[in-house]
Amino acid sequence: MSGQTVAADLSGHMLGLDEDEDLEVFTKNSSLADGSPMPNSPGSMVNQYRLEEDEEDQLGAYTKDIFVTVDNPESNVTAIETFIMYRVVTKTTRSEFDSSEYEVRRRYQDFLWLRSRLEENHPTLIVHPLPEKFVMKGMVERFNDDFIETRRKALHRFLNKISEHPILSYSQHFKVFLTAQDLVSQKKQGPGFLSRMGETVRAVANSVRGLRSRPEEFTVMQDYMENFSNKICSVDKVTQRIIKEQREYLDELKQYSPTYTQWAESEEELSQPLKAIASCVERCSKETEEQIHHLSEVLVPTLHEYVLCAETVKAVMRRRDNIQAEFEAKNEALVSRKVDQEALQEEVDGLADRVELANNALRGDWSRWQNGMRTDLRSAFISTAEKNVEHYEKDNAFIHSTAVSQTSFSVMRKSSMLLRSVWRLKM
Amino acid sequence: MSEGWNDALRMRPGSPPTSGKQKRMAEDGKDDSVATDDDSDLTAADGSLNNTMVEEGSTLLRRMEICVAEAEKRSGKNAVSMQETFTVYLIETRPMDAVAEGRNPAPDSLWRRYSEFELLRNYLIVTYPYIVVPPLPEKRAEFVWHKLSADNMDPDFVERRRVGLENFLLRVASHPVLSNDKILYHFLTEEHGWKEVVYETGFQAKADSRLRALSATFRVRNPDKRFMEMKHYSDELQSHTSQLLRARARVADRLYGVYKVHGNYGRVFSEWSAIEKEMGDGLQSAGHHMDAYAASIDDILEEEEHYADQLKEYLSYAEALRAVCRKHELAQFELEMASQDLISKKQQREELATGIVRTFSFKGMTNKLFGQEAPEQREAKLKLLEELITEGEETVKEKTVECEEHVERAWVDMQRFKEQKDKDLREALINYAVMQISMCKKGIQVWSNAKECFLKM
Repeated sequence: MSGQTVAADLSGHMLGLDEDEDLEVFTKNSSLADGSPMPNSPGSMVNQYRLEEDEEDQLGAYTKDIFVTVDNPESNVTAIETFIMYRVVTKTTRSEFDSSEYEVRRRYQDFLWLRSRLEENHPTLIVHPLPEKFVMKGMVERFNDDFIETRRKALHRFLNKISEHPILSYSQHFKVFLTAQDLVSQKKQGPGFLSRMGETVRAVANSVRGLRSRPEEFTVMQDYMENFSNKICSVDKVTQRIIKEQREYLDELKQYSPTYTQWAESEEELSQPLKAIASCVERCSKETEEQIHHLSEVLVPTLHEYVLCAETVKAVMRRRDNIQAEFEAKNEALVSRKVDQEALQEEVDGLADRVELANNALRGDWSRWQNGMRTDLRSAFISTAEKNVEHYEKDNAFIHSTAVSQTSFSVMRKSSMLLRSVWRLKM
Repeated sequence: MSEGWNDALRMRPGSPPTSGKQKRMAEDGKDDSVATDDDSDLTAADGSLNNTMVEEGSTLLRRMEICVAEAEKRSGKNAVSMQETFTVYLIETRPMDAVAEGRNPAPDSLWRRYSEFELLRNYLIVTYPYIVVPPLPEKRAEFVWHKLSADNMDPDFVERRRVGLENFLLRVASHPVLSNDKILYHFLTEEHGWKEVVYETGFQAKADSRLRALSATFRVRNPDKRFMEMKHYSDELQSHTSQLLRARARVADRLYGVYKVHGNYGRVFSEWSAIEKEMGDGLQSAGHHMDAYAASIDDILEEEEHYADQLKEYLSYAEALRAVCRKHELAQFELEMASQDLISKKQQREELATGIVRTFSFKGMTNKLFGQEAPEQREAKLKLLEELITEGEETVKEKTVECEEHVERAWVDMQRFKEQKDKDLREALINYAVMQISMCKKGIQVWSNAKECFLKM
């Protein structure tokens, strides 16, 4: 892969002739399951290791040659506004890059710019979504530490997904984003606002017109995406609900342990076991807090990302439909009209090519995306299950050592069991 | 029949010996007229099975096996001729010697309802005011959390009540003083006419006056300090156990919510698995484990109710303890009043006899102003006073004995109660910890299984 030189600047809808080469490489790699999760979280690092162990042979052909991190959010205050700048560090061995290390500062708007460029240039590739512009529910302020951290992680994941993509990572815009000290002037280049507007209008017009015949495979894909979108939203909602219930449980636990401590004060013999139970309950509180934290930091962001992904894929499919619709419209015109046939023919041929290329691009990216989705969700669920096991194991051990390690207890247990068994004999 | 026993044992393994192998668990290991068997090891092995079970003489429980075996619904007309549904409980008894000899006779049995148990207990409280009388299971479901029914007819509530009633009988029948009571014996053996026998004791009148007296406010000059401390402790015990029970119920409610919401994962994973190829199996089986997780909370919390019941028993015990202390206050107060009365009568006699007025009195004033009364009148008055003083001295003697006896006997029983409480609650707490461990183990299993399923995704 690293040996390939890809024409990265694919502007407008004209996908270059070397696209075929790209696609060949692309499809070869799509089975390599390179949708590795964000190297950041321990859970996914472990899983990545596991993945690498299992699929070492297959992965042999693919080596990551560009590493991007997003960190160090800093507040920037100007006369007009306040915003956060993130540090983006790139380390690469790719020859397209003049240097092997870059460090730049980017704000959320810049990420938006990058993504919209990538989507424009590759309308039927699945470009990983960005975290949302505004926070839902309005519960968290824009500059709240948790919010910033969540966003930073999502931005980091976004750039990593792009850098791992066999086509997108070679995009000129991506390179500019990672390297240019002054992004503002770079942003001014490329198709302007008006041409983009024109695109949208055409797209809307075509979608209104409707599609003659969508290939079966894309209908299947669309149905799947509808269902997937529903399911992933449900899982997200259930998880949020669990967090809510856990928080309420935690609140009650915090009220519960003091009742044992207070009682212990008026007792002599019972003071010790009461205090022991109090400390067990306190421990349980701490563990529950960690559980909640893990859910919020690991499972929820991943689910949320795929909720957004689902929307992205649906949009990609709509764009593919539009491309086909445009071709069909022109083709119809060609068939019905008798004049300007030559010129129109050329256009129609071009559009037909475009449709084919768009379909191939989507097809290829689709299986890649599916593998990535599977890996990401799988690892998030595994991590959650592990965390829960850990929670119970720690609790178990603590209760054992604190409240149950008493010899008189084991004797009493024995006696009650004996009494019970004697009775059974009688009956 | 075994159900009742097993439940009672499960509920309080350390409480009055129940299996018919009643022994003196004293350190000297002396063994009276009770059959020996394999669990004689118990006392030998560990002297820590302490003296709370020492029974002087032979208590009822040593002579008779008792259990509350079943509960049944009945319908009938109540006192105001209205149709009502109520529950009756089957009390079964068997003579201990027959059991010990290996014969297996059919038990004698009779049915009693909760109100009859209440009557028995009221009788005991009035008749033995120096005893911390074991409490009955709660009249109405308290400290109820979400899923738990507050309905008295709910089968779970009835079952827990059955266990509680059995526990009450076992405690009473193994008590060194209470177990000898005839009314108790009748309660266990005579189904009909028992109520009449109880009322014939005339305890009801005593009960009413006791209730009035105990709820009155009065100032005692010299109460026994130990009893005041004990009363204070009983207040603390009541307050702490009820706070704990309330908090526990809320925790249970929330924990229930957490577990049940996971059931939604089960549903969604199952639906999701239908549209997936590679992930399908993993998701499907993970979903099953989520369902199992959600279902597991029901058993966990049901077991915890036993723990709550044990605490509730001591919440009620605290009240009984307080009543004994109040009775002391009352007895002491009556003694003080009687003494005071005697003193003032003696003073009056002195005044009359010597004509010297020590303290201001209206009579003294009028005497000064209008002249003293005739000698015959004075004689009559003096005579009356003498009689009253004699009576008063008798009263003071009686009251002193009453007070002293109460103090002595109550102190013994309060010590017995304290040891029993420490032992029972210690065990209840440890069992609670064991329950939590069991819950953790279940959690570990479910999530390990779920993880295996996720790995297959």
